[in-house]
Amino acid sequence: MAKDAGAKEARQTAAETEGGGRRTVRLVAATAAISALAAAGVTALLVNVFERKQEARNPFYRVVEISDETEDPAIWGKNFPLQYDGYLRTVDQVRTRFGGSEAVPHTPTKADPRSIVAQSRLEEDPRLKTMWAGYAFAKDFREERGHAHMLDDQTFTERQQVVVQPGTCMHCHASVYLPYKRLGNGDLIKGFEAMNGMPYSEARKLVAHPVSCIDCHDPQTMQLRVTRPGFIEGIRSLEASRGVADYDVNRDASRQQMRSYVCGQCHVEYYFKGPEKRLVYPWAKGLKVENILDYYEEVKHKDWVHAETGAEVLKAQHPEFEMYNQGIHARSGVACADCHMPYKREGALKISDHHVRSPLLNINNACQTCHKWDEGEMRARVETIQERTFELRNIAMDALVQLIDDIEAARGAGKTDAELEAPRKLQRRAQFMLDFIEAENSMGFHAPQEAARILGKSIDASRQGQNALRAPAPPAAPPLESPPPAAK
Amino acid sequence: MRRRTVEAVALGVLIGVAAGVGGYTFAYAKGYSYLMNDPAACANCHVMSEQFSGWTASSHRAVATCNDCHAPSGFLAKYANKASNGFWHSFAFTSGRFHDPIQIKPHNLEITERACRKCHADLAVAIEGPSEDERNATSCVKCHRSVGHLH
Repeated sequence: MAKDAGAKEARQTAAETEGGGRRTVRLVAATAAISALAAAGVTALLVNVFERKQEARNPFYRVVEISDETEDPAIWGKNFPLQYDGYLRTVDQVRTRFGGSEAVPHTPTKADPRSIVAQSRLEEDPRLKTMWAGYAFAKDFREERGHAHMLDDQTFTERQQVVVQPGTCMHCHASVYLPYKRLGNGDLIKGFEAMNGMPYSEARKLVAHPVSCIDCHDPQTMQLRVTRPGFIEGIRSLEASRGVADYDVNRDASRQQMRSYVCGQCHVEYYFKGPEKRLVYPWAKGLKVENILDYYEEVKHKDWVHAETGAEVLKAQHPEFEMYNQGIHARSGVACADCHMPYKREGALKISDHHVRSPLLNINNACQTCHKWDEGEMRARVETIQERTFELRNIAMDALVQLIDDIEAARGAGKTDAELEAPRKLQRRAQFMLDFIEAENSMGFHAPQEAARILGKSIDASRQGQNALRAPAPPAAPPLESPPPAAK
Repeated sequence: MRRRTVEAVALGVLIGVAAGVGGYTFAYAKGYSYLMNDPAACANCHVMSEQFSGWTASSHRAVATCNDCHAPSGFLAKYANKASNGFWHSFAFTSGRFHDPIQIKPHNLEITERACRKCHADLAVAIEGPSEDERNATSCVKCHRSVGHLH
């Protein structure tokens, strides 16, 4: 009995010891596993902190040499891959309520090998054909696309088949900094003058890229610079009208001004002066629409003779720089790039977004950095301005078409040139003012009240033109009133 | 050596390694700086650089640090808030999931609105009356957005 009990006890102890050993092993294994996980997690955090610290050092790798002779943006892109990536995205076609573009399929032909184009504005609003009767724009006018398309869309537009365009167009449809310098043997202005005088097809052979890095950046310092002679001379004439002599934009402009001026190199009203087709920005009297009209009266410029009325009329061309300068954003020191190329974060780097596009496609970065309202509210505010401008624009368009019809009828009924002088002058005025807003790519947003003011004057000029047709004796055209002076 | 001793040493090594790696990471990430009041700590990770450089040029740079406007008063409340914001900010920054430009959360905005009144109570009462009901409170930063930093 006792022996039995002893043996049982021994067996129990052994089992207990064995069981206790197994338990300890399991405990140590579990602890090891948990602390291994914890250590792995903490190490991952350590590496993450290390990586973030590296990011914050703003690394810049100069993998290729860039000189003032490097035209190809892909080479610049090796040193600045993030900026280049954005630049490439300007191929995108996205609609906004009043702008952007839609990809429309196009059957490639010998004359126009494009398989995709943008929607036709002439089909959207046939009144434009009446406004531009007798001018190439009545033949083909499509919604503008992104920077990537600027050269092709200019090369293949049907307008090329109606008129022989000069080489001047290259100034803004291609990267011309180097072609100008080569043509002028190092002298930008001489090269500019030489290309202006060429036929378009000949000038086209000298250029290879749409707008590129070198057109806005100094290759050594990456600082912004103006390379377009049209703007260099235009801003000089504008500053002279303000009493500033010998203005040199690359010497005298501030960094923030440059963030608008590089865009103003091309997004402006212009005309081709004289038989040498020199590109001129008509700013010698100021940037407002009346200043520009005054200037055109003085130099007796006309773009074409209207086919239906015989009036000597003008074509306004995308005066974004002029309109933006009348608006509240310009007054607040906000530059084009602040909204169209807003800063964005790439890791720890802060770069300006080189995907140049409508701020409405990028409301978060473009608007909400300053405006603390939600995205829907910001869009609603912009579109309210645009809807109102659009309504006025349509009223002005109808008024102009009616004036054109009336002058055409009066011409048919045998009215003399002397009798038609005042109505034609008023048509020229009404049409230019309407086109100034129509051609400007913001549907009034860049300067809402200025846009409304100009459209109001356009409507008034159209109706005055109709009154002048009805007058018993041919009246003189009323003088063009000056714009209200800007507040100091 | 007895097996118990070996096991104890093994356990000690494991705990020591975890503590060492953790401690090093804490020091490397300047974890201790978050317990202090120096505004530079808030810009340890570059995400707050804009706010920090904005503050150095702001009207309040000489009279208020980050904590004065962004942490509640009272020792416990302050460190509880720092712990919670610290954790969520680190989580957002490490995972890369946060709204950019940075936007303040409603709860933190309330803390800031109350912080204005720490110094400007007389002014606030003169505007709002002596009501304790926060629903009657006027938002200070709606108009005075740039006193601390603009963006």
